[in-house]
Amino acid sequence: MSDATPALRLDGIVKTFPGVRALDGVSFSVLPGEVHALMGENGAGKSTLMKVLGGIYQPDEGQITVSEVPVVMRSPLEAKAKGIVFIHQELSLATELSVAENIYLGELPRKSFGRVDWATLNARTNEILSRLKVGFGPGDRVGDLSIANQQMVEIARALTVDAKAVIFDEPTASLTDAEKVVLFDVIADLKKDGVGIIYISHRMEEIFRITDRISVLRDGQYRGTLETAKTNEEEITQLMIGRKLDLSRSEATHALGDVALEVRGLTVKGLYEDVSFEVRKGEVLGFYGLVGAGRTEIAETLFGLREPSAGTIHLNGEEVRIHSPADAIARGISLVPEDRKGQGLVLGMNCRDNMTLPQVDDLTAGPFVADGAEIAIFDQYRDRLDIRTPGWKQQVGNLSGGNQQKIVIGKWLSMHPDVLIVDEPTRGIDVGSKSEIHNLIRALAAQGYAVIVISSEMPEVLRVSDRIVAMYSGRIMRTFTAETVTEDNLIQAISGIAASAETAA
Amino acid sequence: MAPGTLSGLLQKGAIWGFIVLELIFFSVAGEFLSLSDKAFMDLDNMLLLLKQSAPIGIIAMGMTIVMINGNIDLSVGATFALAAIVLLDSMTWPIFAGLGDGVIPVAMALALLTGIVLGAINGFIVWKTGVDAFIVTLGAMLGYRGLVFMYNGEQPTSHLNWTLVDLAEAQPLGLHVATWALLIVTVLAWLVMTRTVHGRNAYAIGDNREAAVNAGIRVGPHMMLNFMGIGFLAALSAVVFYSESGSVNPNDGELYELWVITAVVLGGTKLTGGAGSVISTLGGVIAIQLLRKGLGHIGADTETVNLVIGLILIAVLFLDRQLNIKGKEALKA
Repeated sequence: MSDATPALRLDGIVKTFPGVRALDGVSFSVLPGEVHALMGENGAGKSTLMKVLGGIYQPDEGQITVSEVPVVMRSPLEAKAKGIVFIHQELSLATELSVAENIYLGELPRKSFGRVDWATLNARTNEILSRLKVGFGPGDRVGDLSIANQQMVEIARALTVDAKAVIFDEPTASLTDAEKVVLFDVIADLKKDGVGIIYISHRMEEIFRITDRISVLRDGQYRGTLETAKTNEEEITQLMIGRKLDLSRSEATHALGDVALEVRGLTVKGLYEDVSFEVRKGEVLGFYGLVGAGRTEIAETLFGLREPSAGTIHLNGEEVRIHSPADAIARGISLVPEDRKGQGLVLGMNCRDNMTLPQVDDLTAGPFVADGAEIAIFDQYRDRLDIRTPGWKQQVGNLSGGNQQKIVIGKWLSMHPDVLIVDEPTRGIDVGSKSEIHNLIRALAAQGYAVIVISSEMPEVLRVSDRIVAMYSGRIMRTFTAETVTEDNLIQAISGIAASAETAA
Repeated sequence: MAPGTLSGLLQKGAIWGFIVLELIFFSVAGEFLSLSDKAFMDLDNMLLLLKQSAPIGIIAMGMTIVMINGNIDLSVGATFALAAIVLLDSMTWPIFAGLGDGVIPVAMALALLTGIVLGAINGFIVWKTGVDAFIVTLGAMLGYRGLVFMYNGEQPTSHLNWTLVDLAEAQPLGLHVATWALLIVTVLAWLVMTRTVHGRNAYAIGDNREAAVNAGIRVGPHMMLNFMGIGFLAALSAVVFYSESGSVNPNDGELYELWVITAVVLGGTKLTGGAGSVISTLGGVIAIQLLRKGLGHIGADTETVNLVIGLILIAVLFLDRQLNIKGKEALKA
């Protein structure tokens, strides 16, 4: 393999923006039939590099070579024509159109007078779909497909050209475990066909599962390439963040307080059923399960976004009914939502205004908002959570994912909640900030908050939780304590295998 | 300097720069083209310009808030007409016959109440049905205009109350009453949007409605309040204008919604919500009135004026877009 001509080679790519050297001499090559991981923290230059490869940016210096042919790409269309194809994290499909129309969008086969040649279109589409072994046809409406299948349509689109290199950008972000397996099979097939693959992901388990080599970027510079088989998580991380990462759970055990939240027989028809659990003050209760197991929906019910069809919620021993987020907040329940940008933050607003949004009602002097009180709150939580921003006037949209998440957490802490629910605390956050958020969650528990953490990443739940609730298809399968949990029985529980196993609490 | 400050400044100042340009252009061009020997930037002419800006301007303040909030109101022209009818006609109602000039505040209150109620209907439907405000107020625009015609058919509704006319033509401290109304409304709207919780929430809801809900903001009532506000302002605009003119045609106020939206957008408020400024809207209002007046001054007819305003609107939005793209690219680095 190592003697083959690279499918894609980068030589000394430099790209500067006013004031920043976003890419500073990046060189590496991807061999045909290789899955090559590209890793780096947010801001390391991955996105810029991808835009250079995609023809969106032109490099200031350096050369891109596809199968030993130097190429210059001035537009995404040109990049595709040269054999470089992208599978984006965010799907760009016309959901009202059919699968076939999407795959050949812009290149529909035509007959006379510009009429679409449906027969050819469907035949070609069928050919590609059979290669991918998917369960949908050319005529299906894309909007009716699952996210995973929509991604398959994107991949099918890539296969319409003679792709030399296919770039996957965080492809598993919204996939379930079963869907991931299908995706990895497709990647394996592409590999067999001799396509070079660049795989961008923050998820270590995937990196180790499917990649052959790993190239690391930091601060716009190329930091080296590792053989996946001969390296480990620690080495990669060190290369990415330039220092050692403390993965240990560094904390003295603290005593648990009274039960803060008790849920009995909670049900939302069609989403989850008969869910019962309790969280104590000072405890982190993890919810682990596949996407669609009902975890987020439970959080939404507790936060007043869904009406339960049965069951009770007790807060500090008192039964409560929660009909809206305003109710939940007033009773001391806060939710750090899964989709930070879509549900948690007002991106066009500054840091301070975002942080005080739920309580600005109370921060008034006469009819007007009291600036000073707001800034005081912002300063307090910026220091406490170590939020790195040039100042409170900074627009939240300009912060890194980790700092954005801290703004959301700070927003709720400043409301002094009893129960803090954190849904996917580190989604889209880079490795360095990840462990910071984990430590923060542990610290909050130590300070006496009752914390619920929902996560799809096993290492994360294992690391932050005192107890773990395993969910499968809308039901709690089992509740583990730190002593009873192992990776194996956790996986069994969330795949429904342990359905018959007795409940150990 | 924070990134984007320069382009931010350019955008905020752009409308005022544009106004200065217009003033210079029409003053110079007026020297050669104008049929009258009066200078364009004559004090009386400028005071008149402010007064003439008032009807659109007052409504535009409400529209700015509604649009920052992520909604739109197309029914303001019809609301304007209906409030005007209530104002003028109620002064002739037999039940108020004994009041003498005391009928004036009563008629004004009734007109303003009409605006608030019509706005509340819009807001309530948007809140409870979740139908897009564009559609709801498009329906309301047709419906309210229907009410206007039902009232008096094709006939104008007229009533001149000379006390009221005198009141409307007064010029306390040199400015017309209409101008005062515009300025006071502008200051109040500015205070609401920049200093109060309501304003803060309006921006938040317009920028990211889901995040606003998750922060415990009661979005429905908030939006309804804004619709009541713009209804009130449309009625206030009618009160200011018809106190003086004393006669409403059933077609009056048609296309007002579009002139108002043009002024708001020219001032830089985003159609998608979440960003905008009351002060810039005032700039937009004045810029449009200047164009109309200036083009008239150099001898252009109404059709030409509309064509030019349309072209300038598109040109301004294109420029704004270019500035935005540049700003974003600098940020991404």
